[in-house]
Amino acid sequence: MRKVSAEEITKTVRALCISAACDLEPDVVSAVKSAAVKEESPLGKEVLEQIINNFEIAGREHLPMCQDTGIAVFFIEVGRGVQLEFSLEDAVNEGVRQGYRDGYLRKSVCHPLKRTNTGDNTPAIIHTTLVEGDKIKIKIAPKGAGSENMSRLKMLKPAEGVEGIKSFVIETVSVGGGNPCPPIVVGVGVGGSFDKSALLAKKSLLRPVGTPNPDNDLDALEKELLASINALGIGPMGFGGTTTALAVHIETYPCHIASLPVAVNIQCHADRHKEAVI
Amino acid sequence: MSEPIKIAAPLTEDVIEKLRAGDKVLITGVIYTARDAAHKRLIALLDEGKALPFDIKGQFIYYVGPTPAKPGAIIGSAGPTTSGRMDAYTPRLIELGLKGMIGKGQRSKEVLDAIKNHKAVYMAAVGGAAALIARSIKKAEIIAYEDLGPEAIRRLEVRDFPAIVANDAFGGDLFEEGVRKYRKVG
Ligand code: SF4
Repeated sequence: MRKVSAEEITKTVRALCISAACDLEPDVVSAVKSAAVKEESPLGKEVLEQIINNFEIAGREHLPMCQDTGIAVFFIEVGRGVQLEFSLEDAVNEGVRQGYRDGYLRKSVCHPLKRTNTGDNTPAIIHTTLVEGDKIKIKIAPKGAGSENMSRLKMLKPAEGVEGIKSFVIETVSVGGGNPCPPIVVGVGVGGSFDKSALLAKKSLLRPVGTPNPDNDLDALEKELLASINALGIGPMGFGGTTTALAVHIETYPCHIASLPVAVNIQCHADRHKEAVI
Repeated sequence: MSEPIKIAAPLTEDVIEKLRAGDKVLITGVIYTARDAAHKRLIALLDEGKALPFDIKGQFIYYVGPTPAKPGAIIGSAGPTTSGRMDAYTPRLIELGLKGMIGKGQRSKEVLDAIKNHKAVYMAAVGGAAALIARSIKKAEIIAYEDLGPEAIRRLEVRDFPAIVANDAFGGDLFEEGVRKYRKVG
């Protein structure tokens, strides 16, 4: 067994929070750049150029690219060979507390009904799985509310099938319009249960933008949906244009014979994700 | 693309009359920030018959909750938040003389009617372009509700703040017109 300390986890999480807010991963930057070349609307093109310019300023000056530095969402893979003699959740939350404080990030977490701010952006949303090996992989995907609020879930009838899935995804993007800061990435979770489909949709967003789905059928469905979404004309920031989405990502899981859950998690162009291995 | 129009804040009716949906503008002058929690308090004051913490006539409200300023900086990153969440409060403020709003995303029919009936204007800034937009903010001062943190009301002095007219005083709607132009389905 390999021992990992709470301090190591906290230190890593603190650094991830700050770098995720300021430095966008190259997959998203290049997706927005190629969209800017192809965009047909002159205003849309200018919006995309402003977004690219903003990414560059944020990275260079270590400033949050967006003022909504989000609620901190983590996917943590813990190797079976790792010994943790402390609460993983507490160590992660301490890292969030330090990262959001020391990185001058916005504290955007509050009591759901009283709406009082917790003051330190905790608690984080933490999904943990056990894997082989003796390492811990921590992925952070901080999520702003503008795009999260435009996400939806529906329990379809199995008879509605793929057509039902397509129309629900397109309708969701349509209803969101300019609110989720397009260009967006559309994460779709199909199958599992009510809760599982939402998790699949969120997880699908971790796949680097621009990489194909390893499943051929899903890859074809992703491309078809992307074309339909971009034909909606919503465009960058909803001002009209040919780039509404940069990509559609789909993940599936077997489900009950009587159900067909579909969750659509919308991700804005501030598609922040970072990972570290301890 | 056409050159941006330079305008001053607060707004005057003759400036508003010249603006059309789709125009790019650069705003220089004073604007105020407020988002959900601050709006709720403003409306509560009105319900109690009390005065607002600033004279709203002719003013701009920018829907933003900035990140904390780093030491020595004027403000943190400061891009627009979703305007639709303020829709329930906005018509009442427009009736009292609010002339400009800056945010992102579409507004409700009630807000669009109030914009037309009272000669106001709604502008969109590029969501997420928060580090870039912050560069146009030259001074920031909290004038009310400090306890709300990022949601406090701030008085900002801006120079060449970049925005796009989304809804003009004549019913022009960039969201509707722009999307119609590029829509390739049914
Ligand atoms: S939707 Fe994304 S880019 Fe837009 S304001 Fe929210 S976090 Fe920022």
